[in-house]
Amino acid sequence: MLLLLMHGLDTLITSVLFDDYYPTLNPFMFLRDLFSLVVIVGIAMAFCRRLLSKRPRPKTTVVDYYALVILSIIMISGILLEGTKIVSHSIYQEMVDEYSGLEEPEELKALEAFWVKEFAVVSPNVKKTFDKNVLIDGEQLHEMSCAGCHSRPQWGFMGYGAAKVVSPIALPLDRANVHTLLWYLHFMACFFGLAYLPFSKFFHMIATPVFLLANAVMEEGESDPVNLATKQAMQFDACTHCGDCTARCSVAVAFDEIPNPNILPSEKLAAFRSLLSGNGLNQQSLMKLQEGSHICTDCHRCTDVCPVGINLEDLWLNLNRHLAGLGYCKPELWAREAIGAEFDLKKLKDSTLSLTTVDKRFAGGLTGSAQAGTFTVCFGCQNCTNVCPVVGNYENPKEVVGLLPHEIMHSLALKQKELALGSKMLWDCVTCYECQEHCPQGVRVTDVLYELKNLALRHLKEKVT
Amino acid sequence: MEFALFLGCNIPIRLKQYETASRAVLHKLGVRLVDVPEFNCCGYPLRNIDLKAFVLSSARNLALAERQGLNIVILCKCGFGTMRMAQHLMKENASLREEINTILATEGLKYEGDIQVKHLLTVLFSDVGTAAIKEKVTRPYEKLKIATHYGCHALRPSSILQFDDPVAPTIFDQLVEVTGAESVDWPAKLDCCGGPLLGTNDELSLDFAEKKLDSANKAGAHYIATGCVFCQIQFDTVQKSMESGRGSNHRVPSILYPQLLGLCMDMDTDVLGLESNQINITGAKRFLTTNSPGLKSA
Repeated sequence: MLLLLMHGLDTLITSVLFDDYYPTLNPFMFLRDLFSLVVIVGIAMAFCRRLLSKRPRPKTTVVDYYALVILSIIMISGILLEGTKIVSHSIYQEMVDEYSGLEEPEELKALEAFWVKEFAVVSPNVKKTFDKNVLIDGEQLHEMSCAGCHSRPQWGFMGYGAAKVVSPIALPLDRANVHTLLWYLHFMACFFGLAYLPFSKFFHMIATPVFLLANAVMEEGESDPVNLATKQAMQFDACTHCGDCTARCSVAVAFDEIPNPNILPSEKLAAFRSLLSGNGLNQQSLMKLQEGSHICTDCHRCTDVCPVGINLEDLWLNLNRHLAGLGYCKPELWAREAIGAEFDLKKLKDSTLSLTTVDKRFAGGLTGSAQAGTFTVCFGCQNCTNVCPVVGNYENPKEVVGLLPHEIMHSLALKQKELALGSKMLWDCVTCYECQEHCPQGVRVTDVLYELKNLALRHLKEKVT
Repeated sequence: MEFALFLGCNIPIRLKQYETASRAVLHKLGVRLVDVPEFNCCGYPLRNIDLKAFVLSSARNLALAERQGLNIVILCKCGFGTMRMAQHLMKENASLREEINTILATEGLKYEGDIQVKHLLTVLFSDVGTAAIKEKVTRPYEKLKIATHYGCHALRPSSILQFDDPVAPTIFDQLVEVTGAESVDWPAKLDCCGGPLLGTNDELSLDFAEKKLDSANKAGAHYIATGCVFCQIQFDTVQKSMESGRGSNHRVPSILYPQLLGLCMDMDTDVLGLESNQINITGAKRFLTTNSPGLKSA
């Protein structure tokens, strides 16, 4: 920021504030390089964190890489520009012509010798061996003609370092006018960065302070709802994508098993933003957002840690509502209908079950727990169904829940995928474990139902992809 | 006695009083609690979605506590059931455990398997003991009738969870009786509160709650005592909403066990968070005997 204000906008800010501003004079020259050092350290830290950190979950996205890359281009081109200018003989010659007023060849030679010796200028004329007296003359001339407007380039330590590095190839660089090329690169990168700023994550530099201000003076329930809505819209741009929410997220660990970035709050926010900005998401993206959104346990931790003070909790509630409006409610609820419609048991009721629909590998999918396969020992005593409080809640349970627990176990034995997955019983199971507790054969009925739910959701996911 | 305290997602934001009351009571009984800020979701909400994700979630918590050499005390029955189930699954299925450990290794964690997960009631009953609790009860209740709600995910499947006898459990009743209150016998005692279906099938969920409340009411209970986040929310927040939503009024408020215990230990009602419950339970104070040392042995 300081670099931008002092150096990037020097004609607008620094020179207005300080009459004696010259980019070649101290303290400005030194400060410019100091600020660049700070920026470069920052970029390096950002890179290191991404490369070395053991924390696998805050994701680096294209948005972050863009920010890092454009900043790196600006910084590297700037420093190389300074370096190539320091070593450049033609730049030196321009300065001499413009500012020194010297004409005597002896004097010019002395000054050049001094600059070559002390300030890393690489000259085609002056060799590395210096006559002491010439240098003393050169120094005097420097004090007289140059020092007033040009501090010792060593103060621009970043550029000077670059100058030392490029000095062996300084002459060809100078002949090829590389410093002009770098100047263009540096400026174009700056202009591009500036032009793209409102669309990049750098926009938070503007949005975040405004949001923080708005947040400080607005109160839920007291402020005008219209203003509150505006504030809520601002939240999306105020997010700096710092990843603190994701690092603190209670369910982020699930991402390691279910590779859906929308589980992570920082990514979910971005997805919600693109949903709201009218980029019609396809069914697959919507389902991913739905899954991520409902894995969230509303524990409020993300909201507690957000350094910008975004009320993420509120945002997630709105996201759920928005998704429900689009027909993507809680996955369990959704699956209950979707899979019920796909495998309509009523249609199967009066028809003879065809053996060709048998999915031989289907029951083999119940591999999560070693004993999910226990359904094979079911001998149909119906204990599970008799103790089930869900079944007991209805006069005619089959009308409501479809297959009863013992029938589901039986359909598994018959490898009837439609029957097992199509029953609403799966989603109405209250997981009280009465059935499992009371099974004389040790069938893990509730655990089997859990795994069938997993399979059903996976089946729906695969259908879309 | 030292435990890592596992709060889960709901308590810090929706049931703060359960935390403050439990901390206060356990502190008084000499149980030291260690907070592990890195704890994550117990995995319970993931069980419908993906078995491995649920086990991973549990395993990470277990590994975190294990790293500090601590056993876990958990306040929620669903969390308790989930973590115990995850332990069981990783025990019976070595390749699953290996898979989970491979993921945990990216964070430098490993689940070895030698850690105990205990519910609050077990810690109070087995580790502290009813005798030690009785010593601290300064104002026992009189004529207070409590319906103990055990909670499915602590009792069943009993072979895995080993919380108490699944058909005739007594831990909770004994803990209630230590306070001087009477634990009433009620038919729906071991039934489900309906909480897990909230949000998926609300009608069915409320039917369950209604049956339980009705049964507790008929048995003459003044309060239902709970030791679980979801059960408490069901009997407190949801019961309250049922008054307007279904027009039913069972007048059996729900009290969290540490609130019940803390009151008769003469603890600050603010710390116990009596006012934080949705349905007023401050009336429980009426059943306390007057504060005189002579009554201690009564």
